[in-house]
Amino acid sequence: MPAIEVTGLEREFEGGIRAVDGVDLEVAAGGIYAFLGPNGAGKTTTVRMLTTLLRPTGGSARVAGHEVIAEAAAVRRSIGVALQEAALDPLMTGRELIALQATLHGLGGGEGRRRGGALLERVGLSGAADRRVGTYSGGMRRRLDLAAALVHEPRVLFLDEPTTGLDPVSRKAIWEEVAALNREGATVFLTTQYLEEADRLADRVGIIARGRIVAEGTPGSLKAEVGHPHLEIGLAEGSIERAEGIGAAFGRLQPARDGKVLVELEGGATQVARVVRALDDAGLAVESLELVEPTLDDVFVAKTGEHIEAGASGEPAAAPAAADGEGSARA
Amino acid sequence: MIRGLAVNLRVVGALGRRSVRQTFRRPQLVAPILVFPTLLLAIQTGGAGGAVDLAGFPDVNGFLDFMLAGAMIQSCLLAGNSGGIALAVDLEMGFTDRLFAAPISRFAIVAGRLAGTSVLGIVTAIWFIAIGLLFGADFEQGVAGMALMVVFVSLSAIAFGALSAAIALYTGKASVVQGLFPLVFVVLFLSNAFFPADLMLAPASQIAEYNPISFIVDGIRDQVIGGFDAVVFAETVGAIALVGAVSISLSAVALRRRLRLGG
Repeated sequence: MPAIEVTGLEREFEGGIRAVDGVDLEVAAGGIYAFLGPNGAGKTTTVRMLTTLLRPTGGSARVAGHEVIAEAAAVRRSIGVALQEAALDPLMTGRELIALQATLHGLGGGEGRRRGGALLERVGLSGAADRRVGTYSGGMRRRLDLAAALVHEPRVLFLDEPTTGLDPVSRKAIWEEVAALNREGATVFLTTQYLEEADRLADRVGIIARGRIVAEGTPGSLKAEVGHPHLEIGLAEGSIERAEGIGAAFGRLQPARDGKVLVELEGGATQVARVVRALDDAGLAVESLELVEPTLDDVFVAKTGEHIEAGASGEPAAAPAAADGEGSARA
Repeated sequence: MIRGLAVNLRVVGALGRRSVRQTFRRPQLVAPILVFPTLLLAIQTGGAGGAVDLAGFPDVNGFLDFMLAGAMIQSCLLAGNSGGIALAVDLEMGFTDRLFAAPISRFAIVAGRLAGTSVLGIVTAIWFIAIGLLFGADFEQGVAGMALMVVFVSLSAIAFGALSAAIALYTGKASVVQGLFPLVFVVLFLSNAFFPADLMLAPASQIAEYNPISFIVDGIRDQVIGGFDAVVFAETVGAIALVGAVSISLSAVALRRRLRLGG
């Protein structure tokens, strides 16, 4: 049985604003599903409906086998939720928050303290457990929020933009924790604006734009839909023309930077070794090789004509697609 | 079902404890509840003590005896207002989403806040009883009367707190609830909290006569300056019940509306 089944889910707000417009998705038990899209795409509204915080105006959804409207209490017992911006009370200590969360989920004092202590240890906050949350860094807050979401050992975990605004080190720590939780059996549904996050963590990705899912599949299959990997070859010595001739045997040549040859590998990344051997056999010395994989942003561009940009500032946004293919990541 | 009730009661207790801790950890919430009413009490008893000699003023041993009930009810109104502000802050920062996403009765969230407000009511009642004892007030009804004062103030805090909670849930904005602060004083001054209604000029005297706060103040004040009066007692209980029923109903309606609109 899938952990999450959504059919034709809709949410229309006052004034006729349709934030979610017929979303269909299915998340297998034990999987990590990333809901990828820019600000305002409908990710958070979808999560709020799946976590029973917002009533859908159309369609249906089942979470952990329970219908989100008719069996809302059963859904809430089965899920852990860490919402956007880590809504924590700055006046509480970490330990108090975990204890409150345990009480909210019906755990007795002793059991709540035991699990709370173990979770604080797990997320590396034991030393700061008796400090007020207001003194925590952004990464510590997210880890506390994650620990709070886990206190009742939920079957399905909803993480709404768990790493937005975090520095790379904190982001990586959250990714590792999410992956570990998934290995332990939790189904994870996460929303994100970060391409790398979806790519690294998820075994399935749903790309949402303007309230509709525009693409869905494994990261690999989605990327394969929009093209083949490109191999950029830099030569130490020898003729560019000869290298282009060899490269052309493996796929279409693409416009390249000066002194480089760029080939679209129609046989995929597994062709790299054969290309190198062919160049070597021809007596051409290779100085550099760079494999440029299509990214989920390329998928987003192909489907919507816009980029999901995750800038250095950590403030992603949708932006019109440029013709130069920016957004590709180098692997 | 019994387990569900027990869980919800534990949640109310936990949220009530959080509410009290939150108040004492945020000085700007403590100040209006204890400091302002105490200062006003000191200023009024020091500066307007001669009022006891006015014709028609209740027979009291001192102005402090008369003023204690007003200070208590002022304090509990402000405790209710602070509780509403804190609830609105929770809504603004999304903390209530954490509570709404838990498998509990959603009204337990409001009840928890009101439980905290009622504890603050108890604290303020004890605070002003202690001030009364320290500065020579005569508690005519003795310890039993003091206990009844604590109960009245605590229940009043719930009733007034529910009204602030309703406004917090309806608007979701701390600034709106905070904006009610001056209204507290208007409502108080249009009651017999600080001055006998009989000695006020119309229409203030007529408003004060029917203001539910006047009935509540009478019941509290009776424990200091008078003997037990069953009618006053019944009127006090009735006024608290009426304000409580209306305000709790309003907060339940506001909660349902908020949940329907999406937290």
